[in-house]
Amino acid sequence: MAEGGEQKAAFSQKSAEIAVAAFFFALGAVVMADSVRLGAKWAEDGPQAGYFPFYIALILCIASAFNLAFAVLSARDRGRAFVERGQLKLVLAVLVPAAVYVALVGWIGIYVASALYVAFFMRWLGKYAWWKVAAVSIGNSVVFYLIFEIWFLVPLPKGPLESALGLG
Amino acid sequence: MDEIQSLLHGFLVALSFKNVAFMFVGIILGVIIGVLPGLGGANGVAILLPLTFSMAQTPGGTTTAIILLSCIYWGALFGGAITSILFNIPGEPWSVATTFDGYPLAQQGRAGSALTAAFTSSFVGALVAVIVITFLSPVVAKFALEFGPPEFFAVYLLTFCAFIGMSKEPPFKTLASMMLGFALAAVGTDPVTGALRLTFGTEKLLNGFDFLVAVIGLFGIGEILLTLEEGLAFKGASAKINLGVVLQTWKELPRYWMTSLRASAVGCFMGIVPGGATPASFMSYGVARRFSPNGEKFGTGQVEGVVAPETAAHAAGTSALLPMLTLGVPGSPTAAVLLGGLLIWGLQPGPLLFVEQKDFVWGLIASMYLGNIAGLIVVLTCVPLFAAILRIPFSVIAPIIIVICAIGSYTVHNSIFDVWMMIVFGVAGYALKKLSYPLAPLVLAIVLGDRAEASFRQAMLVSQGDLTVFFSNSLVGTMTGLAIALLLWPLASWAWSRVRA
Repeated sequence: MAEGGEQKAAFSQKSAEIAVAAFFFALGAVVMADSVRLGAKWAEDGPQAGYFPFYIALILCIASAFNLAFAVLSARDRGRAFVERGQLKLVLAVLVPAAVYVALVGWIGIYVASALYVAFFMRWLGKYAWWKVAAVSIGNSVVFYLIFEIWFLVPLPKGPLESALGLG
Repeated sequence: MDEIQSLLHGFLVALSFKNVAFMFVGIILGVIIGVLPGLGGANGVAILLPLTFSMAQTPGGTTTAIILLSCIYWGALFGGAITSILFNIPGEPWSVATTFDGYPLAQQGRAGSALTAAFTSSFVGALVAVIVITFLSPVVAKFALEFGPPEFFAVYLLTFCAFIGMSKEPPFKTLASMMLGFALAAVGTDPVTGALRLTFGTEKLLNGFDFLVAVIGLFGIGEILLTLEEGLAFKGASAKINLGVVLQTWKELPRYWMTSLRASAVGCFMGIVPGGATPASFMSYGVARRFSPNGEKFGTGQVEGVVAPETAAHAAGTSALLPMLTLGVPGSPTAAVLLGGLLIWGLQPGPLLFVEQKDFVWGLIASMYLGNIAGLIVVLTCVPLFAAILRIPFSVIAPIIIVICAIGSYTVHNSIFDVWMMIVFGVAGYALKKLSYPLAPLVLAIVLGDRAEASFRQAMLVSQGDLTVFFSNSLVGTMTGLAIALLLWPLASWAWSRVRA
């Protein structure tokens, strides 16, 4: 599936290792700062609220410092791809529509949003005929409606279409 | 023999029409979940957990609910083998070792016997583990009734140190992802003082992160993204099992009784000590290759090479429920999700469960025997059907799985914020998996974080801040000592290899 430049690395393994380790370290620092704000010491009545998280974050920082050092010093990862361009394209092709989908759920309800999402995916990546796209995407939402709203009585977010149909 | 009597009573509970029906529903759902990419034991159970909330309100409903969910787990364990053997795609991490000999067998046209061997040995492994649970868990529970806060904290410490000592991943990465889990667990209201921790003024974080959402994101969305990298099509051998092949394979299997026995032992041990099914399957494959007279032929399509990892994976996956039930400390991510279910239904996992909820506990244990028999029947008869699911193109199945994950995350607290968190955890899971940060300790730390902290603080209160309380008697001292030994194990083995070189 990969041609030409598609196999070139989008990120190198090394930079990904460094970025994640640094992120973990920063996270640990934030947790420590907030724990100190709450009080991470031993009070009259026992450990304060920040006591346990402070030491957790301290260990997190120490472990990330080691990971960071290993990542910087390691020669093994040099030139190895964390993700190739072609792969990253496919991953983003799922991730970006998924984010749009979640945004839509709050707005037009989960059933309509799901139908649109499945339809988009099938048409765009799968190149299916429109009648197949419509059958699967609408059928899927109807089945979920039956399972959740009717059988298990679990209400899911609904939008204008459901209220127009008198289902919401 | 109190256990036998309790077990018989459990069979009475489990054999009601409703419970048996849910057993089959659970197994079938579980196999489908195990076969589909992106859905596995842990997130499959997490997604279906909210559906049991109303079921658990009815009398006896908690037993039905746990039977449904645990059968999904058994089904997922069975399902992993199908994709490994037919498609060379391990549906679950613990079936990676099954591909080594299973896929070559399928390529030689012996898919039927590979599948039969896998299912049968899964069943044997699970059976051994259930027998262990039946007789060992009442003993452990009775023993644990005497536990105070220091003992419980020592058990938690042992659990987490075992991850560092036994993990294949780099120890500092294991440590980092574990601590991330604890930090996430600390977000929200401090259970002791009521102070708000790490919320940074946002209301959304008041209740903290829910581990169910984390599980669905990390294992579900993360796995889908990883699968996508490989492209959109699956190619696989066709699955045909008929009675002749089954009987012929069954005739061959008793030859490997020693392999089975070793694999069951490895599996039970790794499941109870939280190593988990995945390392158990690899370890068992390695051990079998070393001891087998055909050891050098492993990897070319040996039935024995399918028996060893499958037996161990199922034994480990099943026995992971023992510490979950008796101590409230799960041995695997899926056991952790089941533990979360118990808490939501209002049951307190731990030694008291064996005293106060006899019907529940023994109904569950009896259902493990029945569920695995049901599972064996279902998978042997319906393999072609399940394999057909994998032939559905990925561009149809991927969005549907993401929709299922989104619904699962939403129903946990009826909050769209959780669905956003699922996407965030999904991206995190994808990146962490690719950089070999293990996800299991992260999930377990989110689940156990509050309880580990509470037992630590209670122990500290009793001892007035004196850490030697964790060595104050022989029991707690042994556990703490063992935990520290496991923690230092990677360091010791690294030093040893340097000295030898």
